[in-house]
Amino acid sequence: MAGSPLRESWGEWIDRHSGTFFIAPAVTLILIFAIFPTFYSLVFAMSRVRFTGDGLKFRFVGFRNFAKQFFGNDQVHFLGRTEPVSILGMLVFAVIVVSVLVWLYRSRKITTWVGMLGRTVSAAMAIFLAWVLGASLLSGNSIGTIYTTLFYVIVGCGIQFVIGTGLAFLCSQPISGKNFFRVIFFIPLMVTPLGVGYAMKMVADVTKGPFEPLLSVIGLENWVWSVDPWSARFVMMVGDSWQWIPFIFICMLAALENVPRDHVEAAQVDGASSIQIFREITWPQIVPVAVTVLLIRAVEAFKIVDLPNIMTGGGPGSSTESMTLHSLYVWRANDIGTSAAIAYLLLILTVILCASFFNYVVIGQLRRAKE
Amino acid sequence: MSDASYKFEKSGRTLMEQLFEPPAVGKMSLVAKIVAYTFLAIWSVFVLFPIYWVIITSFKDAAAVNQGPFYIPFVDFQPNLDAWRAQFNTDLHCDLSSILRQLYLLVHNSFVFVVSPVISLTPMEPQICKIYLAFTNSVVISIASTILCVTVGSMAAYALARIQYKPKFGNILVFVALIVAVIFATTYAGIPWWASSAVALALFFFLVRSIGRYFRMALGNGDILFWIISQRILPPIVVVIPVYVMFQAVGLLDTHLALIVLYAVANLPIVVWLMHDFFASLPIELEESAQLDGATRLGIFWEIVLPLTRPGLAATTLLILVLNWNEYLFAVFIATVKVQTMPIMVAAKNAGEKGVFWWEMCAVIVVMIIPVILMAILLTKFISRGVLQGAMKG
Repeated sequence: MAGSPLRESWGEWIDRHSGTFFIAPAVTLILIFAIFPTFYSLVFAMSRVRFTGDGLKFRFVGFRNFAKQFFGNDQVHFLGRTEPVSILGMLVFAVIVVSVLVWLYRSRKITTWVGMLGRTVSAAMAIFLAWVLGASLLSGNSIGTIYTTLFYVIVGCGIQFVIGTGLAFLCSQPISGKNFFRVIFFIPLMVTPLGVGYAMKMVADVTKGPFEPLLSVIGLENWVWSVDPWSARFVMMVGDSWQWIPFIFICMLAALENVPRDHVEAAQVDGASSIQIFREITWPQIVPVAVTVLLIRAVEAFKIVDLPNIMTGGGPGSSTESMTLHSLYVWRANDIGTSAAIAYLLLILTVILCASFFNYVVIGQLRRAKE
Repeated sequence: MSDASYKFEKSGRTLMEQLFEPPAVGKMSLVAKIVAYTFLAIWSVFVLFPIYWVIITSFKDAAAVNQGPFYIPFVDFQPNLDAWRAQFNTDLHCDLSSILRQLYLLVHNSFVFVVSPVISLTPMEPQICKIYLAFTNSVVISIASTILCVTVGSMAAYALARIQYKPKFGNILVFVALIVAVIFATTYAGIPWWASSAVALALFFFLVRSIGRYFRMALGNGDILFWIISQRILPPIVVVIPVYVMFQAVGLLDTHLALIVLYAVANLPIVVWLMHDFFASLPIELEESAQLDGATRLGIFWEIVLPLTRPGLAATTLLILVLNWNEYLFAVFIATVKVQTMPIMVAAKNAGEKGVFWWEMCAVIVVMIIPVILMAILLTKFISRGVLQGAMKG
C-alpha cells in the first residue's frame, strides 16, 4: 500500500528484502567454502586422483580408499595392530558391547524412531571403538592414528578440565591479585599454536633444554621422551594443556562467579565444610557450563595438528600422529584420494562422538538447569 | 560492628583456629590462603616459563644454545642481538620502507586481479625480505578477514535474532541434489565448473519458483543458527583439499584473497554464535520505535543495534583477529610462496640444512607472539567485565 511497485525506489526494494540481504552473505560463504567442499571431498575420497598437465584426473574406485584403512595395508597405521587379541581385550569388548546393547534396548521406550536411529548409530560407533580398543591397546599392540586422536581428545580434555576448573576455583576465592592471575593465565590460549609447539620442543629438549640438570639429578640423563610412544604422547598433552587450560579456566571462572554468593555464605554460616559447599551448592550450578565447555573443547581437540607436527613430526613411527596429521602426510605423499578418505573418517568420528555427547549429556544438563 | 568486638574475636582464637578457620564469612583461613597462592604461583611460572625461554633464546648465540641450558641473561650468558640482526639486516631490501612497498604491491595486485578478465597486467613479484613480507601478509590477511567475518557474521546473527526465516526443507534437498549433480558433472563428465554451476543455479531458482510452493515442512531460525554453529565441528582438513582444487581452478591459489575468505568462513560460526547472544539480549522496543519512525532495517542495524553491542563486538573482533593471526593449516595448503604468513615462516625456519637455528627462530616467534599477547591482555579486560559471559552460559 506504500506506493505501487513502479514508484518503489531502490532503497525501499532493498529494505523489503532486507531479510535476504542480511543472511545471504553468510549462508553463501558457508555453502561455497564449507558445504560444497564437504560433498566434493567425498568424490576425492572415492577416487584415485592424479595431477596431470591439464588439471586433475579422477578415476572412480568406490570405497577402496576407506576399506584400505580398515582391512588393507594401511590398517596398522590407522587402526593399530589388531592381533593377537588378549583375554583382557576380549573381556572389555564383551562388557562394552553388552552394556551398549542394554542401553539401546532400554532407550527404545523413551525416544522416537529418529532418536532410535541416532542411538543405533552411536551404539555402532561405540561397539566399533570398543573392538579397536580391545584388539589394539588392551591386547598390548600398538595403536593407530584413530586412537591417538581419541587419546588426545579424552586425556587432553580430562587433564585440562580438572586443572582448569581447579585454577578457576582458586581464583574465584576471595584472594587479592585476581586480575593479575586472570591476565597471566589467559595468555597461552592466544599464543600461536605453532609457536607453542616450538617453545615446548625447546623446553622439553633433553640435552639443551632447561630441565636437563634436573633430569641428571634424578638419574635420567639418557632418557629421551621422543623415543617412547607413550611418553611422546604425554609430552604432547603437556603442550596442549599449556595452551588450552586457559580456555577452561576462563569459562569456568565466569560460571563460578555467577554462583550466588549468598548461598555459599549461608552454608558457611551453617558450618558446612568447603568440600561440602563445593559438592552440594557450587558443582550443581556449574555442571551445565562444564559440559558445554567440554563439548567445545572436544570439538577443537579433534582438529589437533600443529603440536605433533612440530614436536615430533608424528614420530616415533606414527605414534603421535593425529588423524589430521595423518591426512596431511598422505597428501604430501601425493595420495589425494586416501588423504580425503582419512579426513572424511575424521569427520564421521567427530560428528558422531560430538553429537552423541551433545544429545545424551549436554542437552539433559541444560534442560535441568532451566528448570 | 565496633572495632573492639573484632579485636576480641581475633585474640580469642587459638593457634589452630587462626590457621584453619576463616576469620569471617567470605574470607579464607591462613592455610587455605597459603595453599591457594602456592598453586597459583606454580601455575604462573608454568605458564610464563616457555615464553620467557623463547625470549631469552632469541638473545643467545649459537654457543649459548648448544652448550647446554643457560637461564639468566648477563649472569649465565652474554645476550646479543645476532639473531635479530639476521632477521632484519641480512636479506636484501630489509628496511622499513619494504613494508610500504609490500602494501603497494598488495593494492597493485588486487587491482590487477579485479581487471584481469578485461585487461591483462602482470602482477608484481614480492621483494625478498622474509620477515617484513610475512608480517605484512599476516597483518593484512588477518585484519581483512576479521572485518569480512565480523561484518557478515554479525549481520547474519542479527537477522537470525530478529527476522523470522522459514526455509522449506524440500528446497534444501533440491539444493543438495544440485550440488551433487554439479560435482559429478565436473569431475567425471568433464564439464567446466562455471558452466555446470551456472546451469545448476538457474535450475535451482526455477525449481524453487515452480515446485517449491508444494513443500510443506519448513525449518526455523533455531535450526539455521544450529546449522551455522555446527560448521565449527567440520575439521578443516576435510574441506582444505577440495578448496585447494577450487582455488586452483579460478587461479586464486597463493593469493591474499583466498586466505582472507577461508579464514572468514572458518570463524563465521564463532561470530554468529557470540553475536547472536548479544543481539537477542537487546530490548526490542528501541528497534520497534525506530521502525515506526521510518528507519530501514540496515539503518536500524547500523545506527542503533551495533553501537549498543559495541563491547561485545570489540571482544568478538579481538578473538577472531587472534584466531586468524594464529591459523596454520589453511596457510600450509594455500600459501605456498607469495603469501606466506608468520606461522608458515616460522615453520620454514625449521628446515635448514645446517640444523635448526633456534635463536633465529625464537626471534621470529617473538615477533609473531607479541601482537597476540597484547591482544590477549586487552581481551581479558573485556572478559573480566563480563562481556562474553552470556555466550559462555551456553
